[in-house]
Amino acid sequence: METTTKPKEVIDKKEKLNITGAEAVVRCLIEEGVDLIYGYPGGAIMPVYDEFYKFKDELHHVLTRHEQGAVHAAQGYARTSGRVGVAIATSGPGATNLITGIADAQIDSTPVVCITGQVASHLLGSDAFQETDIISLSTPVTKWNYQITKAHEIPEVLAKAFYIAKSGRPGPVLIDITKDAQFGEFDFEYTPCKRVRSYNPVPEIEESQLIEAAKIINAAKKPFVVWGQGIVLGKAEKEFQDFIEKSGIPCASTLLGLSAMSTEHPLNKGMVGMHGNYAPNVLTNECDVLLGIGMRFDDRVTGNLKTYAKQAKVIHFEIDPAEVDKNVKTDVAVLGDVKETLTAILSKIEKKSYPEWEKRFDELYDIEFKEVIDDQLNPKTEGLTMAEVIKYLNEQTRGEAVVVSDVGQHQMIASRYSAFKQSNSKITSGGLGTMGFALPAAIGAKMGAPHREVVAIIGDGCFQMTIQELGTILQTDVAVKIIILNNEFLGMVRQWQELFFDRRYAYTTMVNPDFIKIAEGYGIQAKQVSKREDLKGAIKEMIASDKSYILEVRVVQEGNVFPMIPTGASVSEIRLK
Amino acid sequence: MEDILYTISVYTENNLGLLNRIATIFLKRHINIESLTVSSSEIEGVSRFIIVAYMPEEQVKKIVKQIEKQVEVIKAYYHTNEDSIYLQSALFKIKSSLLFDKRQIQNIIKKSNAQIVTVNREFFVVEKSGRKEEIEQLYSDFLPYGIMQFVRSGRISVTKDEMRISDILKKQLN
Repeated sequence: METTTKPKEVIDKKEKLNITGAEAVVRCLIEEGVDLIYGYPGGAIMPVYDEFYKFKDELHHVLTRHEQGAVHAAQGYARTSGRVGVAIATSGPGATNLITGIADAQIDSTPVVCITGQVASHLLGSDAFQETDIISLSTPVTKWNYQITKAHEIPEVLAKAFYIAKSGRPGPVLIDITKDAQFGEFDFEYTPCKRVRSYNPVPEIEESQLIEAAKIINAAKKPFVVWGQGIVLGKAEKEFQDFIEKSGIPCASTLLGLSAMSTEHPLNKGMVGMHGNYAPNVLTNECDVLLGIGMRFDDRVTGNLKTYAKQAKVIHFEIDPAEVDKNVKTDVAVLGDVKETLTAILSKIEKKSYPEWEKRFDELYDIEFKEVIDDQLNPKTEGLTMAEVIKYLNEQTRGEAVVVSDVGQHQMIASRYSAFKQSNSKITSGGLGTMGFALPAAIGAKMGAPHREVVAIIGDGCFQMTIQELGTILQTDVAVKIIILNNEFLGMVRQWQELFFDRRYAYTTMVNPDFIKIAEGYGIQAKQVSKREDLKGAIKEMIASDKSYILEVRVVQEGNVFPMIPTGASVSEIRLK
Repeated sequence: MEDILYTISVYTENNLGLLNRIATIFLKRHINIESLTVSSSEIEGVSRFIIVAYMPEEQVKKIVKQIEKQVEVIKAYYHTNEDSIYLQSALFKIKSSLLFDKRQIQNIIKKSNAQIVTVNREFFVVEKSGRKEEIEQLYSDFLPYGIMQFVRSGRISVTKDEMRISDILKKQLN
């Protein structure tokens, strides 16, 4: 902050920095504190890449093997580091390849800035080589997007992009820059964005809402809290725990809220949702007050809305007013930043505990343990279960690792059985359910938290959707640990075919390559395990390695994930088998 | 729930792409837009959208919140017909010969409070502003004589309530 101490006239006399748009992009990134970006070069973004070459000491660029991998890596980075992830690509196919990742970041509220090159402005609309209307294409899946056609717009627009991506409810922003704007020269000056006049990221807290909510909480006999990723995004883990401990309310997490509270905490009753735990799902329909905190009542959480918590008064702590009453009608909405609202309500609530009500959770847990969990963790049959892999992983990591999972059965098992001691430890594609997310996301997650152990749990189907990112591991030497849970099926679809389509396994069997040989080709240490007696040792060896490592575990082919709320059923109709 | 005709007013920054962003909100939910007008507003640099669509009240509340969520939207409101003053404009192009041969045409124009905008040898143009039903009445009155061209604008509307957009802008800049 040297300039702040200089007298004003010195600043005025400072020579203007006349640079190109491309250099301005790089300087803006550096001004925003970005030191790592993911991307893939191409014609329309080459001027910016030329600047990356010049600035390689200040800004590290990771070359992924596909643009989708670049966004997912930026997402993984954002979610462990708490910073904005940045991905960059060229025009046309480079830009369209980003779309899946952008849609994923939008629905999971991940702060990401994507920069795309665009054909020169005089060619716009002429169907030029690698021209695509990425602004129109990305509009429904971005928080904000903008096309820059003049170099001098770059600093203001990029400053706004970072501000919008990270403020309020975070989300992805896409900035498209024409090639002539990258070449154009102008006098560079950077001012970070602090507000946008049409944008109100955090609603003001209303005292009356807090009072009304506290009144209902204090009068509750059987209250229940469902928390979501809002706790993680709002960095409100401590405030949340204080609230839970004072109020004594049993709580459960959504898929994306996992790890915001330790799995060992006595009031943490597990996970809600389609494959969540039995007690929190069933008791959603027995509680008298339901508090949703930093979550959005997604259909995978609520099941049939007509029979969801109808008996309960609903209180919704939320930063995004559009989420209030969207799916579940609330009695009281507490709008605002959850870190602030939870702090503000703490003094208004009474210290309580609900031993009788908590006993209901224990009773139902015992049923779930007997019917499902015990068999999964301690199987008496020969084949390995996905859950026992997670059990041994927990032992080795002591619940301190970042667990990145893909989408499907292995995702649900990893989410149900992983132990978490600290926040920002569970990364998965929740809302969009993007197969292929985990491998690139784990690469980003490890780079965002280099001192933490990062373990990706990936199915054999998902792994082959972004398998080319093994090349990114090879080139960067990032020490990501990968467990492939191989059942030679697209397991979750197969499970549905078994349960709802009379076992007609339409195109869900997988003929897989030799994953160990593939790993070898990429220079990554790898091992395959199919026997129980080898599993523990193999996981131990993987965790002990200080390099990347692939452990392929051959698990039972036709294992199912239970409990399960079938589509259209009520949360209380959750099936144990 | 019953579908009601709502007028949604949206105050926005005057930015390229915002029309697309707002239209997508309706498209995504399979709601047909009856009419859409974008113009400048009483505040310099601020645009105003007037969107008319049928939907239940529960849905219009959600739609308005989704619109307001967009970064460049300053504020969105929804109103029923009773809460606002609204009209539409229409132009009718008709053969000039009819104006002189059929006296009835002149009576129709007079009775409907429409105005002749231009007359030449081939055709004349009638302009009518008012409620949709009045325009439809005029259309059916002209129809037997032959209409060469017809066009009707989207609804424009002002509300009976105050909007206080300047206050919102001031507040968010502080």
